[in-house]
Order: sequence, then structure tokens, then C-alpha cells
Amino acid sequence: MTIEQLQAAAASNTWSTIAPEIGLGVLALLLLVLEIVFPKKKHALIPTIAIIGQLGILLGLLINFSPAYLGSTSFNSLLQHSETGQYLRAFFLVCSILVSLLGVVALAKQRMPRIEFFHIVMVVTGAMMLLAQSANFLLLFVALETVTVGFYILVSYTRTNPLSLEAGLKYLVTGALSSALLLFGIVLLYGVAGNPAALGSTDNPMGYFGVRQFLAANPGDFLASVGIVLTLAGVAFKIGAVPFQIWIPDVYQGAPTPVTAFLAVASKTAGFAVLLGLVYVFQPYETLVVTTLSIMAGATILFGNLAALTQHNVKRLLGLSGVSHAGYLLLGVIATLSVPDAAGAVWFYLFAYLLASFAVFGVMTHVAGPNDAEQDLDHYADFAKKRPYLAGVLAIGLGSLAGIPPLAGFMGKLLVFMAAFKAGLYPLLAIAVVGVVISIYYYFGWMKAAYFSTWRPPLPEGEPEPAVPASTPVSFPMGLALGALAAASVVFGLYQGPFAAWLLSR
Amino acid sequence: MQLPFDPLLAAILVPLAAALLLLAPLPIRAAKAVALVGFLLPALLGFHTWWHFPTELGGADYAFRSIYDTGLRDALGISLHLGLNGISMPLFLMAGVVGLAAGLYAMQSKAERPRLYLGLLLVMQGGLMGVFASIDIFFFYFFHEFALIATFIMVGVWGGRDRSYAAMKMTIYLTLGAMLSLLGFILIYTKSGAESFDLIALREEIALNGLSGTVQNYAFGLLLFGLGILVSLFPFHTWAPLGYGAAPSSVSMLHAGVLKKFGLYGFVQIALPLLPAGALAWSPALLWLALGNIVVIGLIAIAQRDLKQMVGYGSVMHVGYGFIGVACLSSLGAGGVVLFMVAHGLSVSLLFLLSTSVYHRTGTFDMDDMGGLVKKAPVLAAFFLTAVLASIGLPGPGLLNFWGELTIFMAVYDHAGWMVVPALLGVVISAIYGLRAMGKVFYGQPSAAFLKHQEKNAVTDIGWGERIPALVLLVTLVGFGVWPRALTEPLNRTLEAVYPVVEAAKAAPATPAVAHVSADAR
Repeated sequence: MTIEQLQAAAASNTWSTIAPEIGLGVLALLLLVLEIVFPKKKHALIPTIAIIGQLGILLGLLINFSPAYLGSTSFNSLLQHSETGQYLRAFFLVCSILVSLLGVVALAKQRMPRIEFFHIVMVVTGAMMLLAQSANFLLLFVALETVTVGFYILVSYTRTNPLSLEAGLKYLVTGALSSALLLFGIVLLYGVAGNPAALGSTDNPMGYFGVRQFLAANPGDFLASVGIVLTLAGVAFKIGAVPFQIWIPDVYQGAPTPVTAFLAVASKTAGFAVLLGLVYVFQPYETLVVTTLSIMAGATILFGNLAALTQHNVKRLLGLSGVSHAGYLLLGVIATLSVPDAAGAVWFYLFAYLLASFAVFGVMTHVAGPNDAEQDLDHYADFAKKRPYLAGVLAIGLGSLAGIPPLAGFMGKLLVFMAAFKAGLYPLLAIAVVGVVISIYYYFGWMKAAYFSTWRPPLPEGEPEPAVPASTPVSFPMGLALGALAAASVVFGLYQGPFAAWLLSR
Repeated sequence: MQLPFDPLLAAILVPLAAALLLLAPLPIRAAKAVALVGFLLPALLGFHTWWHFPTELGGADYAFRSIYDTGLRDALGISLHLGLNGISMPLFLMAGVVGLAAGLYAMQSKAERPRLYLGLLLVMQGGLMGVFASIDIFFFYFFHEFALIATFIMVGVWGGRDRSYAAMKMTIYLTLGAMLSLLGFILIYTKSGAESFDLIALREEIALNGLSGTVQNYAFGLLLFGLGILVSLFPFHTWAPLGYGAAPSSVSMLHAGVLKKFGLYGFVQIALPLLPAGALAWSPALLWLALGNIVVIGLIAIAQRDLKQMVGYGSVMHVGYGFIGVACLSSLGAGGVVLFMVAHGLSVSLLFLLSTSVYHRTGTFDMDDMGGLVKKAPVLAAFFLTAVLASIGLPGPGLLNFWGELTIFMAVYDHAGWMVVPALLGVVISAIYGLRAMGKVFYGQPSAAFLKHQEKNAVTDIGWGERIPALVLLVTLVGFGVWPRALTEPLNRTLEAVYPVVEAAKAAPATPAVAHVSADAR
């Protein structure tokens, strides 16, 4: 690099463009300071400060939603600022706020340090926000590792619970493997694209644009193909697509419920944001990408639904059903290669998934006993009579996940299926329909557990009644948040309004 | 008369708003008053649209039209487009009337947690009105699915025997049917090139550019099985008698009476006019399956001992008439199907209502444990007899059923000749099981079990709480039976405008526009 290039690169470091991420980082550090400064009695205030601070950052982001730098790149083309990126920033912030809210409820049931939890959640969120805007493999990898390392800690946060520790270890091992695959892929692409002797070689072989240019000039390059498949495999780990779904049930079960929600929604969305970016980069190798992703999508839908059928632990059930949702979303991703507005369908699906998932996880956080990993369908017996409000939220959340009108989840499925139709993915659509029908059994089975009073065989003499943990009362802000999530699921099912129109034009 | 609001939108939104209001902890009397408004208004608006249905309306046009954008119009061509034509107006009216009767019956029933019960029923009602008021196929589908979660919870919580199993089975079957038909609709949407779910736009686009035979075959096949499952076409019917047997009576009334008409209506209004060539290719298969409904399920209905199961099987059997009417691919057949749907909706919900009233007096649905009820409940017996005669299709109380079935039989004779013989058998079958039930329940000596039941419980005749909903149904049924022109006139005008396409396809199956050529022309 010449001096001029370095100067130009330095000049493009416009720190103001990443103000929300910096804000999150400062807020996260502030929490740690406050923990030391505040007397013990006032520690209960810190989560409130965390949530209010995040709301402030979200508000700032929404007010300044279309800043002047949109459409440009910064930090020497590490970051690409776009409206989709802005949307995803807001999306991850909303996730982070909801996880913090759930964290307040869940941590109260554990004898655990509280403040670090919120700190790590915010750091992870900041990394996800950068990830969604990255236009460079280097930043992609660094941001993704920040997210993953944060999750290593969060997953095993309840360190007194062996299941949580086991989950953390599993996530560590599989996560390391996926990072290795991703890195192999990136290095291969870097090597072939940066080879000065090659046709169409680029002087920025880590940048998305340079790699795409190289791929377009060299169709059918073997090393590049291997690189593409390995990179896709690395991302497939993050979204939990078959055959890289193996970690999902155990990790979802062992992780504290708010972290499970964070993994299910935010981590998956981050994975899909990366995947959509990569699919664009790899578009010159369309056949390879479509073949790889199609096999994954079909297997993911079938595996997720069939495996979820037999689950009694609701966290495992949601984990495996989440696998199937990744499969439906892959349909949308594949469709983006031939239908431009399919990306909007994926974003809307993920938005509906956020609303429904956090509603369900929110209810679960309240139902969970001191042992967070053991949450059984049986714990929901007579739930509708005991807790009608939470049962209503649960029914709407589950209905939306199952994709039943008039809930937002249905619109998400419809949009993705329509995009897949336009792209002509008929065999995958047939599999998806089979998957949806199977999913009715377990989603409605859960509703059945909560609503229907079922007959139970009398217990044998002397056997104690199986203990059902008493569900925690709903605090006002939590009730408000859950009600808003459920109401939004209904409203966005009935009236998508300018929001969907805007999202679909992305 | 010009209403100050959109009658169709009000008929959809008022029940939903009432349901929302029931979430508030109102005192029970106020809650019932709110529910009554939610049930009464759609019925009144149904009569309003019928009475003021414009006579000068062009055949292919819709009355009471209005369009609302829900945000997807520009991106996907989906908008809430409401309106009624001659095919949908009678069904819109019928949905309102049956909803009112089901609501009134639910209000006098002593269900636990009445607010939730009435609220879920109102959600169903709002969806039902939406189904028949929608011109946009997307919303037509969407409103149908409205009822799914509500039905599931109502069957499971307030249902009778096997409710948990029945609720699950019903929901899985209905979802499968709905998903298949959704794929069919999306296929029409993408291949027609209209980029819109609007039925009018689709019709115009297809009239202009046509739809290749292969696409039509696939789309009609998807709709045949999708809608077929929803309407309990043989052999995909097993969910229906089980579900209706287990469901609380108001749910059975709304589901068997109205919601299930979704599929037949979908054939008459959408599938046949848009996919005539596909319909022609599938018509023989449909005819045979429909005969399966009439003959096989008719025989099963005869074998039932459980009164509610018998009504359930009887309703599934009668649906077969609707299917053979559709398979005739003629405006005569389609017209017969519409009349039949109105008549069947009213009469089958009346039967479900009355059999639950019987249950409240005998404590059982088993017909062998009844007998001689006429002495204790003569008014109920009179209602029941009328309902049975109506469902058989005898002129008199069942005039409207008679007109519908007669028209269908004529269409079948035109289309398939001898097939009318097994179809006519259905009339005999329904006479057998209906009259046999009448005899077992009301006449003869009371059975030992019933005598024992009488010792413990005072058996009284039905009061006004049950009479009024029954009368609402009966008066409408007889009224339109005497004066069918009130429905058939707008119906004829619409069919004359829409159905020439279908009959042309049937008359000239070899023309290139419809045959199996140009496989992937589009």
C-alpha cells in the first residue's frame, strides 16, 4: 500500500457512522463502572439504566434513520451503510432490549451475578449491528467471533447448572469448528482472488466487491468453489441449518431462557444477514450456491419438524422448530438469486419471528422454575385457567410461529412462499408445506397442554405429586412488553401497512 | 337506502370488535349484550345487502364494492377488496343468519367461561362474513383461516367426547387442506401474470391471455384436494364427523353450516371460471369421489347410533351433492350448488342445534337410550321433524333444499346421464336415517335408560331461549324455499356472465386454448 492509499483509508474512518455501536459499548462499560460505584442496595437500578439507555440509543437511531452517509462505505470499505443495515441495527437493538427485560425476570430466579449479563448482551448486540453492515470478510469474521465469544459466556451463564455448562461446552466446540470452516473458506477465496496472475484478480481480496468481481471473471474455479461451500457451511452453523444443527437442542435447553431467545432470534437473524450478503457475493456461482442451499433447506425443514414432534421439553421443542424456520427462510434466500424482492420477504419473516418468539420466550421465562433447563409441556397444565393473560400471549405467539392467519407469522410464510413460487422452487415448496402441516402437531400440542384440561392417571400409592414450578407474577413493564408483542403479531397479520411495503422494497 | 358506513366491512369488523371488548372484565349481562350486537349486526347487514341488491347490476359486476389497502397492494397486489355478486350474496346472508342462531344458542347455553366462549365464537363469525365478502382471493383464504385457532380451542375446551383427539385431527386436516389450496391460489397468481390476487383482475387477465392447460391442471388439482379436504370430500372426510361430534353445538353449527361452504364456494366462484380446462380434466375423478360421499358415507350415516355423529355424517354425505353439482361444469349445476349451500347451511345447523337440545333432555347422544321424547317435548319434536324433512329435501319445509337438489340432479342428468341414479339414492338414504332417528328419539316406548334418566331429571320442552335460534333458521329456510326467485335472480345474472367460459371449455375440449398443449407456454 502506498502512503496515499493509507491516507485515503484513514480519511474514510468516519467514526460518527458507527455512533450507535459506540454508544452501546460505552453503555456496557458504564454498567460495570456503576456496579462498583453504586452501593449494593442500589444495584437493582442498573438493569433499568441498561434498558433505558438502550431505548435511548434506539430512539436516536430511529430519529436519524436516513443519515447522509447512507449508500456509502466507510472505514476503507469495511462497512457498507444501507437502509437494510439501518433496519437491522434497529432490529438487533429491539432484541437486546427484550433480552434485557427477560433477563431481569430470569436472573431473579438464580443466585448469579447480574450486571455482567446485560454488559455481554450489549457487546454482542453491537457486534451483530456491525456484522449486518459489513462488506468485508475480515470484519465479517471479527464481528462474528465477537458475537460467538459473547454467546460462549451467555450460554453457560447459570454456571451452577450442569446442563448449562454442558451447553456452553457444546457451543464452544461446535462454534470453534464452524469458525474454522468459515475461516478456511475465506482464506481460500482470499488466496484465489488475490493471486495477481489470475484473471480478474483484485487488490482487495477481502472485500465483498473484489471477490464478486473475481468470481464473475472465473466461472467454475475449483478452489473458489470449495471456498464458497466452506464459507456457506460456516454460516449454516450459525443459523442451525442441517447438517450443522447438531448443537441446537442441547444448547437451547441448557442456556438461560433469555439467552435462548437471543440465540433463536438475533443470532439467527445475524446469520441470515450474513448469508444474504454472501449469496450476493457468490451470485456468479449461482448453480453451486442454489444446489448447496436447496439441499440444506429441504433437509432442514424436514429434520427440524420431525425432530420437534417428539419433544416434551419446550426449550428443545422451540430449538428444533427454530431449525425448521431456518429452512423456510433458506427458501427465501435461494429465491433472492432470481427474484429481487425476496430479501424483503426474509426480513418480514424474521420480524414476525421476533414478535412471536419473544412472546413465547417471555411466557416461558415466567413459567420456568429455579432449574431453567427443565421446562416441560406438563408445566403448562391448566395454564389458561391459572394465568389467562400469559396463556393468551402464548396462544398468539405459538399461532404466529405455526403460521396461522390472522397472525404476522402467516404473512411471513406467505411472502417467502410467494417468492419461492416466483423463483420456481416447486419441490422445496412441497417439502415446506409438509413441514408446516407437521408443525401444527407440536405447536397446537403445546396450546393443548395450556388450554385443555386433560385427564391424568391417578398416581400410585405413596408417589409424590410431580412438582410444577410456580410461575412468577408479571411485572407491569413486562406485561406491557408481552402485550405489545402479541398485539403486534395480530396487527401485522391484519394490516402490514407502509412498514411492510417499505421492507419489501429493500 | 344508503348506509353511513360500509356494510361489508362492518359485518366483518363489528364481531371482531365485540370479541375484543369481551376481553374486558365486563359483568356477564353486559358481555352478553355486547355479544348479541356482534351476532345480530352481520345478520341484519346480510338481509340489508340482499334487500338492496341492485337489480340493474351487470352480471360480472359486484355490488357494495370497496377497496382498502393493507400495505401490500403495490408490492404484491393484495388489497382488502370487498363486494358481493350473485354467487356470494346468498351465502353472505346465510352466514349472517346461521351466525346469529349459533350466537343466540351459545348465549343461552351454560358454558363455562362464557366470555371467552362467546369471544372465540365472534372471531369465527367475523371471519365467516369476510370469506364471502372478499373479492380478493388472498383475503378469501385469510378470513377462512381466521377460525382455525378459535375452533381448535373451542373444541378442545368445551367439546364432548374425544375432544382433544378430535381438535388435533381436525386442525391438522384443515391446515393441510388450507396449505394445498393456498399453493393452488399462488400458482394461479404467479402464472396468470396479473400480479394480483384480485378475482376481477385475474378474470380479466386470464380472459385476455389464457392460462396453459398444464398450469390449469396442476392448479385445479391442488384446489381439488385442498378445498376437498376442507369440505370433507370422500375419502378425506374422517375429520369431519369426529370433529362435529366433539365440538360444542354452536361451533358445529358455524363450521358445518357455514365455514365448510368455503370450499364449494371456492369452486363455484373461483376455480371453475378461472380454470375451466383444469376442471374438465378433473371432473370425472370429482364425480366419482362425490358419489363416494353420497353412497358410502350415506350408508355409514345409517349405521350410526350416536345422534350427533349421525348428523355429522349426514352433513358430510350431503356435501357430495355440492361436489357433483360442481363436477357438472355448467351454470345450471353451479346455480344448484349455490342454492343447495344456502339450504344445507341452514338445515344442518338447525339439526346440530336440535340434537344438542335433545341431548340436554336425554343426557346422552346414544339413540338406543332414548325414545318417547315427543310426550315430554312436543315442540322440540315438531322442530326436529321439520328439520329432518328439510334435510331430506322434501317440498314443504325443505323447499329450498328441494330446489337446490333438483337443479343439481338436472345438471347431473345433462352432464353424465346415468350418474343421476346413485345420486338420487342419496335422497332415499337421508330419508332412512333421518326418519329412523326421528322414530328412535321421539316415538315408541321410552327406553329403560331414558326412564332412569327421567327419574333424576325433570324433562321439559324447549323454552324460548332455544326456540328463537331455531326459528331464525327455520323461517329463513322456509321463506327462501317459498320465494327462491329472491336469490336466483341475481344468481342467474352472475352465472350468465361468468359461466360461458366454463361451458365453452366443456363443449370444445379439443381446442388448443384449453387442451394439453403448450405445456410451458407461460
